[in-house]
Amino acid sequence: MSQARTTSPARRDPPVLVAALIGIAIAYLALVLVLPLATVFAEALRRGLEPFVEGVTHADSLAAIRLTLLVAAIAVPLNAIFGIAAAWAVTKFEFWGKSALVTLIDLPFSISPVISGLVYVLLYGAHGWFGPTLDALGIKVIFTVTGIVLATILVTLPFVARELIPLMQEQGSDEEAAAATLGAGAWRTFFFVTLPNIKWALMYGVLLCTARAMGEFGAVAVVSGHIRGKTATMPLHVEILYNEYNFVAAFAIASLLALFALITLAVKTFLEAQFADELAAQRTR
Amino acid sequence: MNLPNTSGLRRRMLFPLLGGALLAVSACGAPSDGPPAADTQLLNVSYDPTRELYDEVNSVFAAQWASEHPGEAGVTIEMSHGGSGRQARAVIDGLEADVVTLAVPYDIDQIASTGLIATDWQTRLPRNSAPYTSTMVFLVRAGNPENIRDWDDLVRDGVDVITPNPKTSGGARWNYLAAWGYALRQPGGSEAAARDFVRRLYANVPVLDTGARGSTTTFVQRNIGDVLITWENEAHLALNEFGEGRFEIVTPSTSILAEPSVAWVDRNVERHGTREVAEAYLRFLYTPEAQAIAARRFFRPSDPEVLARHADQFPALELFTAGDVFGTWSDIHAAHFADGAVFDQITAGAQRQ
Repeated sequence: MSQARTTSPARRDPPVLVAALIGIAIAYLALVLVLPLATVFAEALRRGLEPFVEGVTHADSLAAIRLTLLVAAIAVPLNAIFGIAAAWAVTKFEFWGKSALVTLIDLPFSISPVISGLVYVLLYGAHGWFGPTLDALGIKVIFTVTGIVLATILVTLPFVARELIPLMQEQGSDEEAAAATLGAGAWRTFFFVTLPNIKWALMYGVLLCTARAMGEFGAVAVVSGHIRGKTATMPLHVEILYNEYNFVAAFAIASLLALFALITLAVKTFLEAQFADELAAQRTR
Repeated sequence: MNLPNTSGLRRRMLFPLLGGALLAVSACGAPSDGPPAADTQLLNVSYDPTRELYDEVNSVFAAQWASEHPGEAGVTIEMSHGGSGRQARAVIDGLEADVVTLAVPYDIDQIASTGLIATDWQTRLPRNSAPYTSTMVFLVRAGNPENIRDWDDLVRDGVDVITPNPKTSGGARWNYLAAWGYALRQPGGSEAAARDFVRRLYANVPVLDTGARGSTTTFVQRNIGDVLITWENEAHLALNEFGEGRFEIVTPSTSILAEPSVAWVDRNVERHGTREVAEAYLRFLYTPEAQAIAARRFFRPSDPEVLARHADQFPALELFTAGDVFGTWSDIHAAHFADGAVFDQITAGAQRQ
């Protein structure tokens, strides 16, 4: 390493350049992030608070909010359990096909959400592989809440696992091994050794998963059927209202979604700080 | 460096907090069962520009049904809207519509071809199962800066035309056929001339949205294009919603008589036990009351008396039907909109230029 490399390059740059770069970064963020977000709230409140409240408390809007929370409440715990199981399997054991499993978990990230929705239509639609059989049994999947939940689970599947795998890889299985030699059973080891070690990463994954589950549009749009007040989640209801020229209500619902996102962000920032402490503590142990 | 005690305390506090939040979420998420008196539910799967029409029709019908069937369960009509072709696809894939009210007869034919609807559906209700009709007109910006008067003006160089994609939108198919029919019926018109005319028109289209409502938003909200080809009712709605000062409707000399069609879905009404109410609902569309609602929403009523009463709303123009000029809808589809048919050929050509 040469001497020049160790000096911070920023220290040698002219202050004008530094200021310009920071200015560009801030302007860019303001333009693509802050401005659109502010627009959502401004549009929602353009005609005052009353139309905003009216838009949010309309029966169809409340149904959309309920449905969105219900879908998240089903999809997120399932993906949390799956994520823990997958991360546990991948990081604590050696087995054939492990790298294939890790790649598979990432697949929903790389597939377009529309495809994630369409595969369910191809499987469970009236003319899909299992459609006729399920239909004979009186089970409906596509264009019902079940279909929406399935599509959401598929799209949000990687979030928890992806948070846990790197952490658990880093932690290794020494502590579990120690617990086992001390006579702890599998469940005891999991609840008293593994879970406390991963809980912040788990929380973080669950938050990201929740945010995505509530905001998902593409996959859900394909399997929803767009029935007002019944199978329209919040993002779909925003589209419906927008198409009906009901801009205030559309942006009111959109601002609720944005608010959920901001809360998620705040909790996430808080967790990250916590998570950093924990990791540092674990490393020094 | 770290203060393990504080972080431990924070940890203990945070877990119940998050647990409580999760519980609250799942409590909110518990599905509400709604009112105990179970209304009969009817699902109407429709196309884009009928949102406001059925909003009004549904409440009037529900009230009338309740007064004619005292002591029985009421009826609630659920709506799903979207591009007509996409909606037909959803019904075929299992969306359990009791009735479909779509933009073109071909979309209902498609559903019928899978056995969900009787193939003679068009003869089950009066006037080819088209309770209201419409036609395709132009919406231009205030003052008509491009001086657009008729179809010829849409193929001029430098005029940007907004129309949806005929592959997914019923309205777009009527637009396409209206332009083709106009060119064909000009002096010296021929198939070749019509094809060239339509090719030039689509070369002027900067955005192909998937549905009529999407195109309206493109033209009105996003301010793209000089002229929007759209349903007469959709043009009036845009005018009402966004102020008369910003747009003008131009009615061409000739256009197509668009016949949005309705049918009950036999397989689904059988399964839901809703045949009677579904049929009553569709027949209600032909009553003077519903026809008047349609007229107020700028659909052309099929009832001649109601049409006469609202004559001042609907400028006279020469109207031709799809049947007169093009034949059956399966012929139209095969010749123009199927994969590799005329629409694909002319748009592929436009892209090469």
